[in-house]
Amino acid sequence: MNLVGAINNALHIALDTDPTAILLGEDVGFGGVFRAAVDLQEKFGKSRVFNTPLCEQGIAGFAVGLASEGSTAIAEIQFADYIFPAFDQIVNEAAKYRFRSGGQFDCGKLTIRTPYGAVGHGGLYHSQSPEAYFTHTPGLRVIVPRSPYQAKGLLLSSIRCPDPVIFFEPKALYRASKELVPVSDYEISLFNADVVMEGSDITVIGYGAQLGVLEKACKKAREELNISTEIIDLRSLLPWDKETVCKSVMKTGRCVISHEAPLTSGFGAELAASIQKECFLSLEAPIERVCGYDTPFPLSHEKFYVPDYLKCFAAIRRCIQF
Amino acid sequence: MLANRGLASALKKNLVGSKNAISLQLARSMAVKVNGDKGQVEISPVQCYKTDGPSLWVDTTKEEAVQALRDITTMRRLEISADLMYKSQIIKGFCHLYDGQEAVALGMNLGSTKDDHIVTSYRDHCFQYIRGDSVKRILAELTGRSTGSTKGKGGSMHMYYPKNNFWGGNGIVGAQVPLGAGLALAAKYHANKGMARGEVSSKAVSFTLYGDGAANQGQVFEAMNMAYLWKLPCIFVIENNKYGMGTSTSKASSNEEFYRRYDPLPGIKVDGMDVFSVKQCCKFARDYCLSGKGPFVLEMNTYRYHGHSMSDPGLTYRSREEVSGIRKERDPIDRLKRIVTELGFMTDAEIKDLEKKVRAEVDEAVEFAKTSPEPELKELYTEVFAKEPLPYIRGTDGIYGHGVCEWARK
Repeated sequence: MNLVGAINNALHIALDTDPTAILLGEDVGFGGVFRAAVDLQEKFGKSRVFNTPLCEQGIAGFAVGLASEGSTAIAEIQFADYIFPAFDQIVNEAAKYRFRSGGQFDCGKLTIRTPYGAVGHGGLYHSQSPEAYFTHTPGLRVIVPRSPYQAKGLLLSSIRCPDPVIFFEPKALYRASKELVPVSDYEISLFNADVVMEGSDITVIGYGAQLGVLEKACKKAREELNISTEIIDLRSLLPWDKETVCKSVMKTGRCVISHEAPLTSGFGAELAASIQKECFLSLEAPIERVCGYDTPFPLSHEKFYVPDYLKCFAAIRRCIQF
Repeated sequence: MLANRGLASALKKNLVGSKNAISLQLARSMAVKVNGDKGQVEISPVQCYKTDGPSLWVDTTKEEAVQALRDITTMRRLEISADLMYKSQIIKGFCHLYDGQEAVALGMNLGSTKDDHIVTSYRDHCFQYIRGDSVKRILAELTGRSTGSTKGKGGSMHMYYPKNNFWGGNGIVGAQVPLGAGLALAAKYHANKGMARGEVSSKAVSFTLYGDGAANQGQVFEAMNMAYLWKLPCIFVIENNKYGMGTSTSKASSNEEFYRRYDPLPGIKVDGMDVFSVKQCCKFARDYCLSGKGPFVLEMNTYRYHGHSMSDPGLTYRSREEVSGIRKERDPIDRLKRIVTELGFMTDAEIKDLEKKVRAEVDEAVEFAKTSPEPELKELYTEVFAKEPLPYIRGTDGIYGHGVCEWARK
């Protein structure tokens, strides 16, 4: 099953097991632009799976209202780049409902799915990774899966989680990433980072599509420099699993963090600051961050902008040789 | 009703406006009057809201009509070439084509001056062309080359021609609408020598385009409200091509009569497949705005032949028959050709010749776009900020000899 198939499968299960679940978004009625919602309207009807006008603020607000009255609202924002008109509804409404009502009501049944990241040719407005805008917002959960198996389990957990979730789907992997995925209903904890590969020399941290890049860089480091890398997939950025990460860095003494979003104020900054506080006496080298540049997402020069495996490999080497 | 081409040329000599002038009814209720190199074309009636609308007889000249046919033929060829280039994977980025809707850009250009502002959505290639840029630079932008309209930095959705007040395409649905109202504010502000809400009418208007899909974005209503409050010379132009991506207007809009949706703004529903209707209504709306009465709404009844973008085959939500039917019945180029021949401005042979020339020109531009050099690496980190010399852009440290953080190394 590929990643978009796993998302589709998770949505089938979510709508099947929860009669209050509703899926809405631009063009989801006929499957959505990436086909993640294919066959859902046929199976569950137009009252539960339906198209909205092109109005992201409206989609988010509508879903917040639905969720606060007890429906499981799954909203699709067609590209993460389009989420900004909905920013106010997400940050000022969804995230704060529980707190500001003193716990009288909330919109925990809200999940916003949105595809993010570089695809090779997306240009300025179809490539961005806006996760850090949302990790700066207490009250939200931010989840990014790395593979089909992870995507299905994490999406089902997100939909059933009693907090509002922004679920970023790595669109570059929709069709490129394939693995065996159980067709049954299963969930993956939203609390734990995943140690993808154990190692002893250096901790490498990432999430989403960047995990594949990091795995490639670590393979090269292992083969050429005989370095034993420990790879951690954060999975949940807000809240994030500090314990797993810090235990690992205390063990290895070295750390490389990588994401596609720009360097400054990217999520790597939060990780690096927390790690240096917790692991200060264990660190053997400065923490390295391999990220996108502080530029708008470029069209022609995407391959230079993205933190590819060679840049990650170079950072691992620098960190080891420090 | 006379629809006889022989008669048409025989009647060519009739004087415009003279009492002996005979109007020729074309198929689908069009009529023309000719007087040498001058002509008049009758457009089909428009639907009006809180306005009487323009005269249905539109003035034109041989020069204008011939150039219009050349432009619209170029636009079509440009989009068809972009389609082929995309399919052979030499276009970078997302790509939205305008074929079918060309009469809107063309008619608007004829009904405005280069001082007027135009801002539109991601379907922007033809506006870029009609406001003065070359086919070469447009196609080179699509291929992400240094010779492109924005040096290959943006691609299909991001081309601009500020020299003639074209403020470009926009990648976000509806985001350009408040921008257009801002351009109108600026026009008024300049005319009033720095008084944003002064009484002097401006000399330029802002044509603010968006689609039937974007018409449901909240910021559209915000912009309209401000434009009306401050009597801005802003013409809100809805290009209603019937589908916002894959959702038809009937499923996305509670009121499909976009021209009368924004009480208290007056509006007209225009045949957006007819260059002269568009020209006349743009002129009319422009005069209204320039008189200081405030914003105006034009709904262009049009149609896109391609899908929403290149990844949309455009046939899952509409039938093949619907598309071919509109191509046959309402194609803006066919209509313009008929008008130009009925006016006696061009013969069929001359049109064929023109088409051949346009084709060769666009083919040459395709080669140019394919063979132009890639942008220099510095394009990655320049023009992020205004400051010269270049400010320090994090991440690019030392990689290309730029952005080395000197102070940190000392």
